[in-house]
Amino acid sequence: MALYVKIKKKLQSFDLDVEFETSQEIFAVLGSSGCGKSMTLKCIAGIVQPDEGIIELDGKILFDSKKRINLPVQQRQVGYLFQSFALFKNMTVKKNISCMLSSKDKNRIAEDYIKKFKLEGLAERYPHELSGGQQQRVALARIFASQPKLLMLDEPFSAMDSFLKWQLEQEMMDLIDDYDGHVLFVSHDRGEIFRLCDRLVVMHEGKGQKPCTKEELFHRPKTLAATLLSGCKNISRAQKISPCKIKALDWDVVLITNSIVEDTISHVGIRAHHIQNALNNDENIISCRVQRVIEDAFSQILLLKSSGKELLRWEMDKNNSIRYQDELYITIPKDKLILVS
Amino acid sequence: MDYTPILISIKTTALATFFAFIVGLFAASKVRKIKKFRGIIDGILTLPMVLPPTVVGFFLILIFGKNGWIGSLLDKAGISIMFSWQATVIAATVVAFPLMYRATLSTFDDMDENTIFAARTLGLSEIRIFWTIIFPNSLSGIMAGTVLALARALGEFGATMMLAGNIKGKTQTISIAIYTAMQAGDRQMAYEWTIVMMIMSFSMMVAMNYFNKRNKRIVKTAK
Repeated sequence: MALYVKIKKKLQSFDLDVEFETSQEIFAVLGSSGCGKSMTLKCIAGIVQPDEGIIELDGKILFDSKKRINLPVQQRQVGYLFQSFALFKNMTVKKNISCMLSSKDKNRIAEDYIKKFKLEGLAERYPHELSGGQQQRVALARIFASQPKLLMLDEPFSAMDSFLKWQLEQEMMDLIDDYDGHVLFVSHDRGEIFRLCDRLVVMHEGKGQKPCTKEELFHRPKTLAATLLSGCKNISRAQKISPCKIKALDWDVVLITNSIVEDTISHVGIRAHHIQNALNNDENIISCRVQRVIEDAFSQILLLKSSGKELLRWEMDKNNSIRYQDELYITIPKDKLILVS
Repeated sequence: MDYTPILISIKTTALATFFAFIVGLFAASKVRKIKKFRGIIDGILTLPMVLPPTVVGFFLILIFGKNGWIGSLLDKAGISIMFSWQATVIAATVVAFPLMYRATLSTFDDMDENTIFAARTLGLSEIRIFWTIIFPNSLSGIMAGTVLALARALGEFGATMMLAGNIKGKTQTISIAIYTAMQAGDRQMAYEWTIVMMIMSFSMMVAMNYFNKRNKRIVKTAK
């Protein structure tokens, strides 16, 4: 029981090429906007036809270019939650949920879903009379009522403000917990991905990379795109000097690593909150000057200028003693280095 | 005063609007899905709107005349279209059709694509999607198109004149009656028909505004 996707499609700005397999888990596709995430979902749903490849869901072939199989959208049993929710404006909430049901007790089924998705009292309202969160619940209820084998969520929280987002995320997870199909979740937000999914594939300009677990992504990202998407703010081009030594070209510093460096290393990264104040006996010390102090809500961010051309970003607890143009020494802990080849 | 032009105008306009509505809706629903050659097909369907009515009339004669490809068939069955009352309906329908078609197609195109995709993923058939989602959500555009088609059919002159001629009590609509009166130097008659025409057009506009307001309210509650 699994979803297997391996598709290629020529698009205007890039070629879509992605492969992954997922089963009974929340699987995510992470990528910046316009990288082909939504296109992948559309191919799986059958809205768009890939040029070649295979899409298989629970043993049923949805698409196979070699066997010339291309099931119509209606027969794929795939639920698609659109960013805009795509509710039917001319129908009430109840009609939205029941319009594709054909059985005699469709009213009862719709009422069950209305109850389950906490939409009581809204059954006779029209979509425009609902809040964003309510609309999302209607869209989800409608999808679940159609009993899909696969649920696809296309950036479900991107249009919400952060206060609402958190609440909706938790609500949605509660609702999805009872669902026993596969869930495919698309997002550009690493926080969402980390909170919600188990495994994921990183997409960059249409190219899907090798699927990995979320821990792998955040601790040992394999590619430059994955490093950036995992939220690493400091990245420099790198060159190998010796098995455990590299030169970070953009920071103009030689760094010692705690693992053997591969010959093909291209970049090195360090997360903004992993940078530390240097003590005398530390390794990987960089001398720099404060270019800017940025106050965030609960932390502050320093932009630091070393002798290299790229600024370093250091996120730290609030500390009023650091000022513009201060000279300071920082250390980059070798166990926190992200090596990308 | 002979009142037959009023009756003929009303009958012709009503039937022509009805046909233009059906054919326009059908054409728009088909063209909506076309991707290739859409510009060409769209252009052909819009032609009767942009061509001079005399050119449309000329083509209609080519088609419905005794030697035309439909006219010759009908002739064998003993039916003659030229200079019949039916010809006024055909001419008005052809000229009014593009207005209905264009207005309808543009509201169809305005429809959020994802709504239709969502309906498909939910398993709704294409026919049900059209009648339960696309059609109700495009009502205001369809209504606007119908009203435009109605106005155009009522005012139709050139193509009707060529295909149906000017036969009093049979094919003479109000617009043609005005022309005939002027030709005969009967200004009084022309005035009278003009006033009749203005009253009809004006009441249609009032009705349209009233309907639009009501429709807007419906759309507002349905949006």
